[in-house]
Amino acid sequence: MMKWKEIPPGMVILEPGSALKFKTGSWRAFKPRWIKDNCINCLLCWLYCPDNAVKVKGGKRQDFDYDYCKGCGICALECPGKKGNKAIVMEEEVK
Amino acid sequence: MTKVVAVTGNEAVANAFRQIEPDVCAAYPITPQTELMQRFASFVSNGQVKTELILVESEHSAISACVGAAAAGGRVATATSSQGLALMWEILFIASGLRLPIVMPVVNRALSAPINIHCDHSDAMGARDSGWIQLWSENAQEAYDNTIQAFRIAEHMDIRLPVMVCYDGFIISHSIERIEYLDDEVVKRFVGEYKTLYPLLDIDKPKSYGPLILTDLYMEVRKAHAEVYKNVPKVVLKVAKEFEKISGRKYGLFESYRLDDAEIGIVILNSAAGTTKDVIDEYRDKGVKVGLLKPRLFRPFPYEEIGNALKHLKAVSVLDRADAFGGSFGPLYLDIATSLCNFDEKPLLINRIYGLGGRDYMPEHAAEVIEELREITKKGKIKSFKEYIGVRE
Repeated sequence: MMKWKEIPPGMVILEPGSALKFKTGSWRAFKPRWIKDNCINCLLCWLYCPDNAVKVKGGKRQDFDYDYCKGCGICALECPGKKGNKAIVMEEEVK
Repeated sequence: MTKVVAVTGNEAVANAFRQIEPDVCAAYPITPQTELMQRFASFVSNGQVKTELILVESEHSAISACVGAAAAGGRVATATSSQGLALMWEILFIASGLRLPIVMPVVNRALSAPINIHCDHSDAMGARDSGWIQLWSENAQEAYDNTIQAFRIAEHMDIRLPVMVCYDGFIISHSIERIEYLDDEVVKRFVGEYKTLYPLLDIDKPKSYGPLILTDLYMEVRKAHAEVYKNVPKVVLKVAKEFEKISGRKYGLFESYRLDDAEIGIVILNSAAGTTKDVIDEYRDKGVKVGLLKPRLFRPFPYEEIGNALKHLKAVSVLDRADAFGGSFGPLYLDIATSLCNFDEKPLLINRIYGLGGRDYMPEHAAEVIEELREITKKGKIKSFKEYIGVRE
């Protein structure tokens, strides 16, 4: 733990991207599950996610980043799904 | 090279701003500061300075914009009074906590309620624990000089703290006095190029301001922050010495007036000190050994230096132009008492509240104070520790 003499002036954080070290995924009460068969790759879940927890590679939706997903459920709410079946459902986080 | 002019306090400080040319100014008008920013706004619109002047919708926005601009890496200034300063309250702590060297003239005006537009010190006193350095000015010349020195003090690499330059509303801000302006070039050279520290706009070195610090680290952050204030008095003195070279005017942490051989003394801030000094001269002519101490650096308070300057006196009257509302002693009194409390031999100390809401402080009042001190020294007893003077009974 930092001693008082090691504090930078004004407590400015000089290490870029250090927020990655704090895994907010541990805060989850509900966990989203991606049902690939119902996914139309609209990327609305990626657009709405406040935590950047929906990974996209080469234009194709990947799975959730559960290190940072806080389980807010916005993705499940916005998901259009296929023929009325959502591609994302919220399930209770089982520890 | 100096230019002698007859200007108001506000105009003098506006001119200091013009000579220093901050990068960003975000301001909102409030009596009696209005004329200061109004004049500076003319300089901007006339193209005399390239300052980015942001006309915001409130003082809270003004100081917030200044915090943003300072963190970005610019030299930043604003100004306010009374309720405006009060509206800035939460951000004042942020400015000092983030170590941003913002300079802000505060034109002292009474706090509401009731609404009063005239001079008293309750506004800046209310913000005395916000972590801002406070310099207090007796007259327009001191306001001009302190504003120029404020930038050097704030921006010093051992300091990097915001500075308030206080001067009396209406009495100094709106009265015309004889002032000596320094040359534009001299001021520019004295203040120098702005040196940044962790600017946000330096995107090659990404950084974040204003983290969340919880119970495990907050105390260390605060201790580190408190240590910085210990550097302030010596920087203030160093800057004053350099300023003396370009202006011929001497400044210190406080002014001692006929104090060395005095037996009784008055401690008082800002313009009323000027009135009091005249009355002291009259009493000195009569053989009364009275002196005056006028603090200049009020925060951080130089307890040791002021304690040593006052401890030889038999009785001291501390005159406050603000009452700490809520049944306390006046703010200046509390600090003077603290500076003396640990000495074995110390003067009898009383607190007199004067001039609230712009009530005139006349030579008669100073005479009253001195007579009371003579009475106390003769009897060795204090009748009343705290009183309001100049009140209709």
